[in-house]
Amino acid sequence: MIDLIYLSVLFPLLGFLINGIFGTKIKNEKIIGIIGSGAIGLAFLVVFIAFFETLSLPVNLRTNYSELFTWIKVGFLDVSFAYQVDQLSLVMALIVTGVGFIIHVYSIGYMHGDKSFWRFFAYLNLFIFAMMNLILADNFVLMFLGWEGVGLCSYLLIGFWYEKDFEKSTTAAAGLKAFIVNRIGDVGFLLAMFLIYLTFNSLKFSEVFSRVNAFDVPEHIFTLITLFLFIGAVGKSAQIPLYIWLPDAMAGPTPVSALIHAATMVTAGVYMVARTSVLFASAPTTMMIVAVIGVFTALFAATIGLVQNDIKKVLAYSTISQLGYMFLAMGAGAFSAGIFHVMTHAFFKALLFLGAGSIIHAMHEEQDIQYYGGLKKYLPITYGTFLVAATAISGIPPLSGFFSKDEILWYSYTNLGYVFWIIGLLTAVMTAFYMFRLHFLIFNGTARFDEAKTHPHESPNVMTTPLVILAILSAIGGFIGIPAIFSGEHGNIFHNWMAPIFKPAELKLVYYGTHTHFEEILLMAISVAGALAGIFAARHIYLKNPNIAGNLSARFKTVYRILLNKYYVDEVYDAVIINPTVNSSRSILWKIVDNKIIDGLVNILAGSVGDISSLIRKLQTGFVQSYAVVMMIGVLLAFFWLILSL
Amino acid sequence: MENSLLITYLLLIPLIGSFVLLFIKSEKENLIKYIGLIVSLLIFIISLVIYFSFDSTNPDFQFVHKFKWIDNLNIHYNVGIDGMSLLLVLLTTFLTPLTLISSWSGITIKVKEFTVFMLLLELGMLGVFVSLDLFLFYIFWEAMLIPMYFIIGIWGGPEKIYAAVKFFIYTMAGSLIMLVAIIWLAIHASNYVGEFTTDLTQLYNVAPLFNLSIQNYLFIAFGISFAIKVPLFPFHTWLPDAHVQAPTAGSVILAGVLLKMGTYGMLRFNLPLFPDASINFASFMSVLAIIGIIYGALVAMVQTDMKKLVAYSSVAHLGFVILGIFAMNEEAIQGAIIQMINHGLSTGALFLLVGMIYERTHSRDISYYGGIAKVVPIFSFFLLVVSLSSIGLPGLNGFVGEFLILLGSFKSTVLNSWWFTIFAAIGVILAAVYLLWMYKRVVFGRVTNKKLDELTDLNNREIFVLVPIIIFIVWIGIYPSTFLNVSETYTNSVLERVFEPPKAEFK
Repeated sequence: MIDLIYLSVLFPLLGFLINGIFGTKIKNEKIIGIIGSGAIGLAFLVVFIAFFETLSLPVNLRTNYSELFTWIKVGFLDVSFAYQVDQLSLVMALIVTGVGFIIHVYSIGYMHGDKSFWRFFAYLNLFIFAMMNLILADNFVLMFLGWEGVGLCSYLLIGFWYEKDFEKSTTAAAGLKAFIVNRIGDVGFLLAMFLIYLTFNSLKFSEVFSRVNAFDVPEHIFTLITLFLFIGAVGKSAQIPLYIWLPDAMAGPTPVSALIHAATMVTAGVYMVARTSVLFASAPTTMMIVAVIGVFTALFAATIGLVQNDIKKVLAYSTISQLGYMFLAMGAGAFSAGIFHVMTHAFFKALLFLGAGSIIHAMHEEQDIQYYGGLKKYLPITYGTFLVAATAISGIPPLSGFFSKDEILWYSYTNLGYVFWIIGLLTAVMTAFYMFRLHFLIFNGTARFDEAKTHPHESPNVMTTPLVILAILSAIGGFIGIPAIFSGEHGNIFHNWMAPIFKPAELKLVYYGTHTHFEEILLMAISVAGALAGIFAARHIYLKNPNIAGNLSARFKTVYRILLNKYYVDEVYDAVIINPTVNSSRSILWKIVDNKIIDGLVNILAGSVGDISSLIRKLQTGFVQSYAVVMMIGVLLAFFWLILSL
Repeated sequence: MENSLLITYLLLIPLIGSFVLLFIKSEKENLIKYIGLIVSLLIFIISLVIYFSFDSTNPDFQFVHKFKWIDNLNIHYNVGIDGMSLLLVLLTTFLTPLTLISSWSGITIKVKEFTVFMLLLELGMLGVFVSLDLFLFYIFWEAMLIPMYFIIGIWGGPEKIYAAVKFFIYTMAGSLIMLVAIIWLAIHASNYVGEFTTDLTQLYNVAPLFNLSIQNYLFIAFGISFAIKVPLFPFHTWLPDAHVQAPTAGSVILAGVLLKMGTYGMLRFNLPLFPDASINFASFMSVLAIIGIIYGALVAMVQTDMKKLVAYSSVAHLGFVILGIFAMNEEAIQGAIIQMINHGLSTGALFLLVGMIYERTHSRDISYYGGIAKVVPIFSFFLLVVSLSSIGLPGLNGFVGEFLILLGSFKSTVLNSWWFTIFAAIGVILAAVYLLWMYKRVVFGRVTNKKLDELTDLNNREIFVLVPIIIFIVWIGIYPSTFLNVSETYTNSVLERVFEPPKAEFK
């Protein structure tokens, strides 16, 4: 199945084509849903088998290739539709097809009755197709195809309900914003490719990485390459300063938020850094920048998440914050830990979003948590699974989030220093707080909606079964990454599996200082205590004494308003970049430079030819007498000239 | 198996076709349309025959047909083809029948004259791409203006006369400078070969021997003429006027093929004839190209008229092609050539689509539309694919060209600075801005204009026109080798001419 790995790319494409072309003819939701989900299920099966095949191979033979055909071949450039099957791409592919399949199934229920049901599944399949190319590509250019492809699908799916309003604007505007902000990052990716090509004469991963040590490349080139790559990652994975598109992306249907804007696409930036880890490890400056951006994004987004009232907005900022953790891990050189968090986050964040979808469904599209409350009794399954996810993301052992987040915190402490650890810890406390704020405001307390009018009801099985599966994964998914101090001789299974991929990078990284098991356990205890404190604070404020929240926001009015308005970043971008560009393009470039100056000159030039001609024309009066006079003058002049020259 | 008459057939058939049409009564509009279509299809078939018997490994001109024409000036009828011109010939023969089909219902007056002019236009364009004699080239170059002048002037919009005259005079002014340069070049070459010559293959061996200042003058004279046609910033202002006023078929041919004659000229004449001057001017030309990319995109962004938006986008796109040409390495020039084809397909299709919707509403105003995805889903789908192709989404054609151009310009030793690529890359962002912003305003949202509710979706004829273009948009995007292989030998030989110009062996 390793040789046939391209099937896992082709099945989603096939699903896209069938539903895309014949969707309007098929009409039957069940058939469309089965085709759409089935395509992803088959893709998962292919990856799953390939995974076990790879597992059975000796460690040094676990990287394999499967080539389809040549794509672009000019000069040194020779890239193909070729797929690389190794420990890293397999894990990512399992997450994407696995979680993807679950979300597809869920969507059959969620999108029931939508007039563009077929279109939804076509786009979703196209997304998986692009994502699989991104992950499995054996070269940068094909990865970029997937990279922009997922951006396109994100654009299409954010604006899926293109007639709908979204906040002050429309869903289509949100989609446009996502695409364009992503494109800014993509240009970074492009420039990185150009520089890699110039430096290594190739854009194939295997060739480039093997030349990192063979070629004598100065460090500043590595710094530039990785900075450009990181710009790409910042766009795709919604980090400061390009995170602004992700909260708006919530305009899309909720399964889209779960699949694309939480579990898979947004982690592509993390994956890309991990994939090119050997380049990043050669550029310590970039590593530090990655860590700083990551940790600040984590904190920054968490502060906004504290006060948002839209259920999806809270989850969106939480996603940005968690992605920040992943970049913190990358910057700390803990690549494996970062990918581990990608995986656990995919489980619990997908679950949170799907749970949110179930709630929104039950509440007739209401998304404001101020109008929820006491939903526990109406939505028991959603409640239970949501609780598991909230506990997992808060980092309470032994749920999955605990292991992955703590590993990141530990490495940020050992490799970067305690400042990073403290900010990370602070973020973890806030995460636990806003997560349980959300949880309590939704499920506990009394109903803040009209129970007589709204009759919330639990979602159908096709939606709750995915919730349960994801809840199980969120709960136990961390066990494959139990740190060595607990698991004894086996060590960290996930880490060992990934080790060969990151070995070249880790050889380049040297971190000083020794750390004891005692330290590790102490820090772990502190972070668990912090998370518990966050949960209890939320419980105290939102469950026990509901008036505290109001008092707090009244007392710290300015802070509250700044947080509620997300630091006014969108407004600043509008005022500083977007409006001036558009306005000056219109009033200066177009109306003055183009119309008046450039075209004006052209017309003046043409006009002056006419003017000169009409001047000369005056000589051609048509009067024989005046011609005779002029002729006489001429003859006389010639006559005098002859005489004078004699 | 080389049939040396094939190219002459290519030129004769449109001529004969238009001649035949003259004898048919104007009232028999359908017959005229079908004859026009059949003739253009015949031309397409011949160009396919040429393609399939073309030897892409041979660096020389192929299917050469040459005989004496004006004896005492040593001017020949001399036609032939190489990898680059073959692609452009195919583009021309491919687009012409499609534009004829697309005009089936749009052109309602003087159908006969229209069809005749379209065939003559095709003749002129093909002639430009296959001429191997500068004098012959010049004849076709100028002759082609005439049918286009009438197409804009007769079947155009309200300001058609202004636009047609501007188009004609502007491009003509540039051409006259080129004519002087051709004559001067031929005279100067006689110092080397002993006789007045306009034979391109002969000049390829001689012109590079001229000293730099002579090359510079000739480069400028040819360059201005081509720059106007491209159009390179700041010679672009005729384009929006011409595009907005031209009928759909005119716009498609204008954007699809005519603009390529400028970039074709640079590749065919400026680079190989004046290699030292080309290197000398490379940075200057690239700066203009990059201004065009960013400026064109910014101005396109704020347009209110869809056709004008697409017209300005051409300025930006052709900027990429110029950048590729003057980056002067294999990646960039291969990219430039494929980008010429891409632009012909994508922008041609954009004009077709704008024309189709205009035919229904008689409005090109972006603010007139909104929410039409619901009313005309098929139209919206095609517009999306074509827009994505135009903004260079990987997997579609535009990406391959842009990527190769940017990759090449980045490593270019002639330009020798990353800034060209970095600025050009900003154009990649802006392309997404202006096209998707337009798409959003036209297609998405709610239908607010009541008149749009009655809009009918594309009919089978219109779909039939678009599907072949879409096929090539995807084909080039996924398997560009089909086309890159055709031009590869040409690219290497033109680079050889630039960097290893012939040494003086003549007296």
